[in-house]
Amino acid sequence: MYEKILKKYPPDQENLIYILHEIQDSNPQNFVPEEAITVVSEYLKISAAHIHGVLTFYSMFSTAPRGRNVIRLCESPPCFLKGSEKILRKLRDLLQVKIGETTKDGIFTLELCACLGVCGNAPVMMINEDIYADLTEEKVEKIIAEIKGRA
Amino acid sequence: MSFTIKVGLASCGRAAGAVEVYEAIDKYLSKNKIKAELKKTACIGMCFSEPLVEFVAEDGSSITYGKVKPVEIPELIKQFNNRSPIKNNIILSNHLKGSENTNLNNQVRIALRNCGNINPESLDDYLANKGYQSLEKVLNEMSQEEVIEEIKKSGLRGRGGAGFPTGLKWSFALQAENKKKYVVCNADEGDPGAFMDRSVLEGDPHSIIEGMAICAYAIGADEGYIYCRAEYPLAIKHLKKAIKDAESAGYLGHKILGKNFSFKVHIKEGAGAFVCGEETALMASIEGQRGMPRIRPPFPATSGLWGKPTNINNVETLANIAWIILNGSAEYSKFGTEKSKGTKVFALAGKIKNSGLIEVPMGMPLRNVIYDVGGGMLTDKPFKAVQLGGPSGGCIPEKLLDTIVDYDSITKTGAIMGSGGMVVMDTSTCMVDVAKFFLNFTQNESCGKCTFCRIGTKRMLEILTRITEGKGKMEDIDTLENLAENIIKGSLCGLGQTAPNPVLTTLRYFRDEYIEHIMNKKCPAGVCTSLIKFEVIEDKCVGCTACARKCPVNCISGEVKKIHKIDQDKCIKCGVCLETCKFDAIKKS
Ligand SMILES: Cc1cc2nc3c(=O)[nH]c(=O)nc-3n(C[C@H](O)[C@H](O)[C@H](O)COP(=O)(O)O)c2cc1C
Ligand code: FES
Repeated sequence: MYEKILKKYPPDQENLIYILHEIQDSNPQNFVPEEAITVVSEYLKISAAHIHGVLTFYSMFSTAPRGRNVIRLCESPPCFLKGSEKILRKLRDLLQVKIGETTKDGIFTLELCACLGVCGNAPVMMINEDIYADLTEEKVEKIIAEIKGRA
Repeated sequence: MSFTIKVGLASCGRAAGAVEVYEAIDKYLSKNKIKAELKKTACIGMCFSEPLVEFVAEDGSSITYGKVKPVEIPELIKQFNNRSPIKNNIILSNHLKGSENTNLNNQVRIALRNCGNINPESLDDYLANKGYQSLEKVLNEMSQEEVIEEIKKSGLRGRGGAGFPTGLKWSFALQAENKKKYVVCNADEGDPGAFMDRSVLEGDPHSIIEGMAICAYAIGADEGYIYCRAEYPLAIKHLKKAIKDAESAGYLGHKILGKNFSFKVHIKEGAGAFVCGEETALMASIEGQRGMPRIRPPFPATSGLWGKPTNINNVETLANIAWIILNGSAEYSKFGTEKSKGTKVFALAGKIKNSGLIEVPMGMPLRNVIYDVGGGMLTDKPFKAVQLGGPSGGCIPEKLLDTIVDYDSITKTGAIMGSGGMVVMDTSTCMVDVAKFFLNFTQNESCGKCTFCRIGTKRMLEILTRITEGKGKMEDIDTLENLAENIIKGSLCGLGQTAPNPVLTTLRYFRDEYIEHIMNKKCPAGVCTSLIKFEVIEDKCVGCTACARKCPVNCISGEVKKIHKIDQDKCIKCGVCLETCKFDAIKKS
């Protein structure tokens, strides 16, 4: 099942991070499963330990299943100054999860992250590849409801 | 009558609903058969007013509306056609009547010259704005040495943080003897509070590619990498398109413009590791490794990617190159101070009115940057400090606001220019808390290789946490300073070497605040939750129950028309009750 992804890249170590991104993105639970590591290790001829090392080094990779939508709320100072704490409280309330947890229905995982580079419109969060900025509690409520509605 | 409508569709605009605005305009124009050109552009820097829509008349005069809603489109178009566009969401105009905003007037836009003006996905647009003319000039008229000499004479210094002279860096890479060399663009922008590189990548990707190609020609490289953080999907999309278009048009690839110069560019994505912005870590990451910095020397110019000579520059540095070549180094060095030439892009964030991106000549006093260009403070709370240079930088207090922006003057304050993030703070900010925040960031992002950086920052963070919880001791201040010194000395890369700066500068300028926390167990700004208390003022409470209903942890008791009470054990000090109460019956102390 990973062949389609692997075929796109020549078997060079420099493509490891790309391959891992694609595997994670194509997984409905947003993570890189153990069996994928074995396959990639064989394809790139590098050890599974090395791949593990890379996976755990970069914060965007997960080796445990996550929700279909990964919410990454910025916790850096410019967002904090603009009230990211309130947004976090709202998200926890709405989703009934703690940081790093996935909702029971598997729709959301709540994570914190460092600056997303949209600080001019703080507070900011990213859900999958989409940026949501100038967040207010009401806005967050709408965004979550909308994504839930789509699921 | 024909006119042009531009909509800013960068990440900031999109987040504010610019896509919906764009679609509404498109629909309205075609439905009413209005002859106007609808154009996509990126960020002009006025993020505080997104979504932004600019109307440009045939004679070139224009007017920009901010905070536009889709429903307002018909009205705006009608007003523009009647040439009476006086409406309260006008934020910028040149010839047409309207309330002026000085935001752009004090700027000199070189790196940002095309951002917010051209369609970043259109090569034609870039070409129409003198795009790739510098590359042609270089290939037709200049030797490698002449290019480097021109960049040296411009005085351009690296915008990635360290401020190393760009021309000199290129000359090292030229001198390195090897058939294979690389050019790398550092687009890993990760400093909290910095977003200038994102804006250029999203808004003018060809300028980066042109800068890289000129660099490649100058140092004799034939392959390049752009390392972009994965948090910037729109930037990556625009870059990919730009590379493809440049290849098809012959500005990249084999024998560029028919000359004996070939250059191809790849994109690599990060995966969320701040330290990968450090050049040696970045190259390790491109190679598919963990992004750990290594000892320098050897510098990348002698041994970089796969051991080959490599020149690495920041996005903003590269965005200046084509302009300098085309307009001449003298034109560039006209701006700036003796040792810091040209202009610098700053990202304004925090408690400032015009949050967004600006580009000003080096040498402008911080005060002017914040009050004239930045529009001053967001609310009526007064200025307290500005944090410059992100987690590697420091906090500059009010009394030093006449410091000019250039590398040396900023360094003297204990902060650094860094990548150009300016986080403005007002009196509602606790400086110990801010220092703790930045240290928490570096602590999290430390790759763990150097003991002092890994453990030292952890110890410092523990101490700061203790102080903010009211459990600090006076000796803690000495320990902080000691640890800071050792971390600076004992770390391999800039991350550790600069990590203590936020603590050191706040200790230098806001020492009293630390002492207040330690001796009197008070947080003067009223931020540190362990040191504040919310109470009901019994004389003022009318028992309206508003606070009790809003309290997220249900810690306020009391019946209708009876005095309420806050359970101090359960209270999480969020302050919602204070905000909610219409009778000023909540006291924070
Ligand atoms: C921890 C750390 C993070 C860095 N992050 C970045 C970054 O995000 N972008 C960048 O251009 N330079 C960054 N740098 C600086 C680079 O190492 C390097 O000096 C720079 O890319 C050189 O380009 P310039 O000469 O054009 O400034 C970082 C340095 C350190 C120590
Ligand atoms: S600090 Fe949150 S996006 Fe930059």
